[in-house]
Amino acid sequence: MDLQTLTYIVVGATFALYIGIAIWARAKSTSDFYVAGKGVPPVLNGMATAADWMSAASFISMAGLIAFYGYGGSVFLMGWTGGYVLLAMLLAPYLRKYGKFTVPEFIGDRYYGKSARILAVICLIIASITYVIGQMKGIGVAFSRFLETDYDTGLYIGMGIVFIYAVMGGMKGITYTQIAQYCVLIFAYTVPAVFISMHLTGNPIPQLGLGSTMSDGSGMFLLDKLDATMKDLGFGTYTDKERLSTFNMFVYTMSLMIGTAGLPHVIMRFFTVPKVRDARASAGWALVFIALLYTVAPAVGAMARLNLMETIHPTSGPNAGQWVEVDQRPQWFKNWEKTGLLKFEDKNGDGRIQYVADKEKNEMVKVDRDIMVLANPEIAKLPNWVVALVVAGGLAAALSTAAGLLLAIASSISHDLLKGVFVPNISEKGELLASRFAMAGAIAAAGYLGLHPPDFAAGTVALAFGLAASSIFPALMMGIFSKKMNKQGAMAGMLVGIGITLFYVFQHKGIFFIADWKYLQSWGSNWFMGVEPNAFGAIGAVFNFVTAFIVAKLTAPPPEHIQHMVEHIRVPVGAGEATGH
Amino acid sequence: MSKHASYWKANLRLVFGCLVVWFLASFVFGILLAEPLNSIRLGGYKLGFWFSQQGSIYTFVALTFFYAWRANKLDHEFGVRED
Repeated sequence: MDLQTLTYIVVGATFALYIGIAIWARAKSTSDFYVAGKGVPPVLNGMATAADWMSAASFISMAGLIAFYGYGGSVFLMGWTGGYVLLAMLLAPYLRKYGKFTVPEFIGDRYYGKSARILAVICLIIASITYVIGQMKGIGVAFSRFLETDYDTGLYIGMGIVFIYAVMGGMKGITYTQIAQYCVLIFAYTVPAVFISMHLTGNPIPQLGLGSTMSDGSGMFLLDKLDATMKDLGFGTYTDKERLSTFNMFVYTMSLMIGTAGLPHVIMRFFTVPKVRDARASAGWALVFIALLYTVAPAVGAMARLNLMETIHPTSGPNAGQWVEVDQRPQWFKNWEKTGLLKFEDKNGDGRIQYVADKEKNEMVKVDRDIMVLANPEIAKLPNWVVALVVAGGLAAALSTAAGLLLAIASSISHDLLKGVFVPNISEKGELLASRFAMAGAIAAAGYLGLHPPDFAAGTVALAFGLAASSIFPALMMGIFSKKMNKQGAMAGMLVGIGITLFYVFQHKGIFFIADWKYLQSWGSNWFMGVEPNAFGAIGAVFNFVTAFIVAKLTAPPPEHIQHMVEHIRVPVGAGEATGH
Repeated sequence: MSKHASYWKANLRLVFGCLVVWFLASFVFGILLAEPLNSIRLGGYKLGFWFSQQGSIYTFVALTFFYAWRANKLDHEFGVRED
């Protein structure tokens, strides 16, 4: 059977499964819509959280970025797992104890006022929309390859599917669907990695294969061979090439970690568990299921890079040491050319494709990093069903996260802004309707911006994390760990934190990520201590904390009952069910 | 000191200890000291590279469960469990 038919069958079957589950467990009340009843045990909640969390950025994009950044790609691996440690210890148990539905609700109560709640909603919406742009990029790449069309068409089709999908279910439907999605995505990610690891090193466990010797008889370690190949072509060694600088890697990792602990759709998960101790365990289980993919990703990245190099510049076989001829290029190469995401240009007219670091001589003029994971099984000449499975897995990852985020955006607008502030007596029906409109609006905005995304999928998502890191994380932390933090301090901190981060990001990427709207170009790139905009969230968070403490010192301390509330959330005893208001 | 205040103090001590390990496994071994650690090998892995792409993640998983176990024990010791 040809690849496209197979892909239709596999993708169709998995979609039928998700939709079936969503219909079976459809949301019936607003409470169901936002947080699935109370009956989700920690292991399953962890699995659903993992699916919610691992998006197109993790599945489709991250290993591709690692393949090209090498050691520098570690920022994603450490950043997107280490954040769970913070979440488990610094936020989850206390927010569960507090027992409300949404993050802005907590911020509004803790900082006693609607203004704090509105500010939190705005920060969350900015971060979440940016996050969805990243998902749209991933979905666009997957659909364009699967339907063999250009990227823009793939994106439009993806937008339609996300809309249908997200509007159908609430959290309740989504929780069970996401468990199914986790199973599909982890299977789809691991199977090709096992095959490739087996083929290259003889070791079927990718985590071990990456540290093993090549099975080609050379006796060389895989990573040493990759280092040598990369060095020969001028790319710099794979295993110690830093991302810009040590300092940049440090703040990049920090930014992703604290951003993880500040993103609404992940935190919301911990409101759904029955008890405080379940919130602690849920974070652990979520991390186990995430780690299954995250420890395989470095192997996928390194092996994909090695296979790509071997395709274009084989080091063994009849064509050893020669660049691949233009008309001998493999079928996968031609397929990806159709999407516009892979392009070569025979600059020196020798009928062969040179792939070197030197920009003047390099003929691989466009290699979109986000195609690597999807192209990987084809490059490794794996059977078609594996390729189809990877497409289905990538779509599962992108859809589950997009749906979770859209739900967070929708609940921010309908629950926090409309019901909580502007129209307190809105009916349940009205609230649900408003949340669906909010979803449609968010999809349209993110889809439009996804036509020219600010970065590769994982890079775009990193920007979203930076925005959450600089605004929400400090406000939550101070709300729990400092009894003296007051409304003025927290709000000033959020404003300065997100303001300064947006200023830096938009200066580099354009206002609202529209490239024509860049400003202060004469300041150059990465002018703040060599930090790239994706990594700036940690710096924004520092500004947030400092501003908050200075302002809090100069203004009146929070009222007595707020200080009691803080004491109350610090101890597990007396936690009730989550309630809205 | 009240029971709740001493519970909170014990909790902060636990969190701080865990954060030290969290910081060492990622920022110190995976980034700041990655270069010198790379002279040590773990099979085909250089050690600094291994920490940044494998070791830190395993540490995080173990750490989260360790924290959950200890924190639940604290709840018990101080009699602040939910039920």
